[in-house]
Amino acid sequence: MSEKDVKNLEEIFEARIARDEKIEPKDWMPEKYRQTHIRQISQHAHSEIIGMLPEGNWITRAPSLRRKAALLAKVQDEAGHGLYLYSACETLGISRDELYEQLHSGKAKYSSIFNYPTITWADMGAIGWLVDGAAIINQVPLCNTSFGPYARAMVRVCKEESFHQRQGYEIMLTLCRGTEEQKAMAQDALNRWWWPSLMMFGPTDAESVHTEQSMKWKLKRKSNDELRQQFIDQTVPQADLLGITIPDPDLKWNEEKGQYDFGEIDWDEFWQVVKGHGPCNKERMNARVNAWNNGEWVRDAAMAYAEKNEKRKVAKAS
Amino acid sequence: MKNLNLYNYILTIADNSLILAQRLGELCGHGPNLETDIALTNISLDLLGQTRSYYQYAAKISGEDKTEDDIAFLRIEREYKNCLLVEQPNTHFGHVIGRQFLFDSYHLMLMEKLQDSPDETLAAIAKKGIKEVSYHKRFSSDWVKRLGDGTEESNAKMQEAIDDLWHYTDELFFMTEAEKVLAEDGIGVDISTFKKKYYEEVSEILKEATLSVPENKYFAKGGKEGVHTEYMGYIMADLQYMQRTYPNMTW
Ligand SMILES: [Fe+2]
Ligand SMILES: [Fe+2]
Ligand SMILES: [Fe+2]
Repeated sequence: MSEKDVKNLEEIFEARIARDEKIEPKDWMPEKYRQTHIRQISQHAHSEIIGMLPEGNWITRAPSLRRKAALLAKVQDEAGHGLYLYSACETLGISRDELYEQLHSGKAKYSSIFNYPTITWADMGAIGWLVDGAAIINQVPLCNTSFGPYARAMVRVCKEESFHQRQGYEIMLTLCRGTEEQKAMAQDALNRWWWPSLMMFGPTDAESVHTEQSMKWKLKRKSNDELRQQFIDQTVPQADLLGITIPDPDLKWNEEKGQYDFGEIDWDEFWQVVKGHGPCNKERMNARVNAWNNGEWVRDAAMAYAEKNEKRKVAKAS
Repeated sequence: MKNLNLYNYILTIADNSLILAQRLGELCGHGPNLETDIALTNISLDLLGQTRSYYQYAAKISGEDKTEDDIAFLRIEREYKNCLLVEQPNTHFGHVIGRQFLFDSYHLMLMEKLQDSPDETLAAIAKKGIKEVSYHKRFSSDWVKRLGDGTEESNAKMQEAIDDLWHYTDELFFMTEAEKVLAEDGIGVDISTFKKKYYEEVSEILKEATLSVPENKYFAKGGKEGVHTEYMGYIMADLQYMQRTYPNMTW
């Protein structure tokens, strides 16, 4: 293909996206589009499965049978999200094993929020309420993203995430209507999860790279700061309803702007965790790597068995 | 308690589901791949659902002011009636599958009989359970075959697990007082009637999986009468942690 042909194809491609057409795996796409999507979708998939760990930590200790079942189901949903997203990613010509390899070697990133520990039951409430809540705000715009398989996966994922969010809020509500000890547990969880949740929207717009291209491809529709603001404005009244206090002395309604002003995010902490030095980065990665390594003989067995069966079938037929 | 035998009978069945669900819950997020992770969580969820139905029924007939959670979380270890098999640890995936397979095979036969109980609640729980447990059994026996007839390594691991767990199979057929009384009344299942069928069926699948059938002379028992293995205390510590630390609260 000549350079001119490629240029032509690219123009047609961009025009399709501008017309809101979906790009499908078999369609021609610029290499950069493919690579960017592999990176973003796999990062999202990895976040789903790493995200199973902090909540999985409480399954055996859930305080009632109803909560235990709901938590199991929630963590299982996250595994399902991982599965659709890996599948969407695989349509771009990369295998799941390669994607895992990237995760395990530290080449691929995942959402930093899951590097914080879950130390009380209230963390199950706070994660559902805040972390799934922030994820929804990040992800709803992706239901209309340009790459078809990703957009379709996000529609399913978002539906379930909003269920998780309500469930998390309901855990918080039950705690806040409970005893003093329970309310204190809820407040403590909010104190610990608030700032990391705000960090889920990424660096400030001034620091954020590759936004313009992402906007064009509809991988991003609003800036990090806009999304963060939306999250804060939506969440503050919910905290008020619970009767617990957001740990930010600078948080104040700004009548003029019609939104909340809020305090400075600790970006040093953000970068520390992103760079792998958060409270649980090592534990999360070890859990994944161990699961994978300990599962190798199982996956090998399944493959060997399938091959034997295939041979047996052929032998029978001939 | 007026219906003490029925109450104990329900717990004898339900505690197996609770403790196995708990063991499977430990694995969530740590499976060999996403598909098996999801499948094992599904099984755990099914068992937990069954547990709740049984406990709700037990709470009702207890005539006391009890809830499903009181029964699940607030007994002492000696009062749990699960068999020793289900409390065995997730040593490796072979043990997870072996435990599941040896239990599912029994569980399905039990449900198939229990669905004919004149006790409508038990019959209804069993009827619903059969669908779920048939799926569990298909899953676990397929994996026994895959691992048994997979690679040399997987064969050795699966055999190791079966050899370790076989010791606990005989207890499945040990009949407690409550079971004897209820079987006599025709409400409960006389589990001794399918012991032979159980060993035949299990052996057949093991052979198909190119595994050898253990020939134990000695077996362990005690769980059904509340005398558990040392593992049980740690299961209790997790299971009861919240309810014991924060008594009398709503979650
Ligand atoms: Fe998710
Ligand atoms: Fe997500
Ligand atoms: Fe979620």
